[in-house]
Amino acid sequence: MSAVALRALTRRYGERTALAEVTLSLETGQTLAVLGPNGAGKTTLLRVLATLLRPHDGELEVLGHRLPAEGWLVRGRLGLLAHEPMLYRELTARENLRLQAKLHGVATDRIDELLAAVALERRGDEPLRTLSRGLVQRAAVCRTLLHDPELLLLDEPYANLDPAARLIVEPLIGRSSGKTRVIVSHDPQAALSEADLVLGLSRGRAVFLAPPAELDEGALTRLYE
Amino acid sequence: MSRPRSASVVLALLRAQLRLELRTFESLPAMCLFSVTAFLLFHFGLDVDSLSGNLASGVLWVTLLLAALLAINRVYVADAEQGGFDAFVLSPAERSTLLLAKTLVLLIYLAAVELVAVPAFAILLLEPSLWQAMPSLLGALVLGNIGIAVIGALVGALAVRTQARDLLGPLVSLPLLVPVLLGVARWTAPLFDAPRANAVALRWPLVLALYDAVFGLIAFALFDFLLED
Repeated sequence: MSAVALRALTRRYGERTALAEVTLSLETGQTLAVLGPNGAGKTTLLRVLATLLRPHDGELEVLGHRLPAEGWLVRGRLGLLAHEPMLYRELTARENLRLQAKLHGVATDRIDELLAAVALERRGDEPLRTLSRGLVQRAAVCRTLLHDPELLLLDEPYANLDPAARLIVEPLIGRSSGKTRVIVSHDPQAALSEADLVLGLSRGRAVFLAPPAELDEGALTRLYE
Repeated sequence: MSRPRSASVVLALLRAQLRLELRTFESLPAMCLFSVTAFLLFHFGLDVDSLSGNLASGVLWVTLLLAALLAINRVYVADAEQGGFDAFVLSPAERSTLLLAKTLVLLIYLAAVELVAVPAFAILLLEPSLWQAMPSLLGALVLGNIGIAVIGALVGALAVRTQARDLLGPLVSLPLLVPVLLGVARWTAPLFDAPRANAVALRWPLVLALYDAVFGLIAFALFDFLLED
C-alpha cells in the first residue's frame, strides 16, 4: 500500500514554481531520500506532504487520504522534524512536550520515556533558550515522535547533532524505527545508505527517481552542478 | 484518529501562553505603563484636575482600547516566530481551540491591566467617586473586554502572518472596535456624571452583548481559513 502518492504535483510561490509536476509513490515502511541543491524544492515538498502548504496542481495522497481535502484525517498521523524545532524557547522541553501531548490527545507518560531516549531527561526542566542547538534538536525529535506518527517527514534530521548524539537519535528516527520516512538531506552518501528510493530535485523538477542501487554514478554529480 | 478534547487543548494553550508572558513580560507591563502614562498626559494636556460624564468615559475607553492593541499585536508573535502555528496546525486539535485560547489570554490581560488602569484613572482624572459607578462599570468592562478580545484574537491571527503586522493589526482592529467603543462609552458616560444620573439606558448593554455574540460567531467561522496556507 502506498503511504505517499504524488501525481504531477505542482506548487508555486507567486510566479516562481517551487515544485513542478513531481510524481512518485512510496510504499508503507519505505524510506524516500530527497536530494538536491539549495532552492530545489525539497523543503516545499515536505511542507506540502505535512499539509502545511496546499498544492496548486496535481494529486496528492498521504496515508490513504487525498490532500488537502482530507488533511484533518492525516494530521496527527505524521511527524515533521523541520529546520525550526517548533518549540517555544521560553518554555522547558517538558513544558513544550506537555503542550504537544495535549494538542495530540496523547498521554503525558511518554514524555519522560522520550526525554530519556534522547538523553535529555536531566536538562528537561531548563528553558530551551538556555540549551545548545544540538540539545534543542533532540527535544524537537521528542516532539516529532510524541504521538507515535506513522509517517516521518525529516528535514536535515541530524543537523546540529554531534556523532554521539546522532547515535542516540538514530534508533528513534533512523531505518531501525521501522516507520515510513521522507528524508531531506544535504549529505547524499548518508541519505543513500538509508533510502529505498531516491528523488533528485532540481529547480522544482524531478531529475531522477530510483532505488539507490540503480542510480548511475554521475547522477548525483550532475544534480549538484 | 480521534481528536483531543477541546477543553483540554484550550487549557493547555492558555497555560503555555500565560507562562510565556510571565517569563518574558512582553505585553502586560507595557499595557499598564501605557494606560497610566496616557492618563497623565490627559491630566496635563487637558489642563483639568477632573473629568466627568462623556469626556471621562471617552478618555477611559480610548486609553484601554489603545492599550489592548499592544497585546493584540503580540499575542501570536511567539507562535509565528517559533513555529507554534505549524505545530498547532500539524496536530488534530480543532482550529477554533486556538481562537478561544487567545481570546481568553486577551481577556486575562485586559482584566489585569484594568486592575491598575481604572484606579489610576479614578485618582488622576475622575471627578465623581469610582464606587458610584459600580457595579454597572464592571458589567461594561466585562462586555467591552469580550468584544475587544474576540476581535483582537481574530485580527491578531490575520496580522501576524503578514510582513506589516505592526501596522495591519491596528488598521484592521480599530474600525472593527468602533461599535465596542461606542457601546461602552455611551453606557458608562452617565455612570461618570456628577451627580450620577439615575437611570442607565439598557440599550447599550444589549447592543454590546449582541455585537460580542455576532463577532464571536464570525470569528469562529473565519478562523480556520486564517490558519490555512
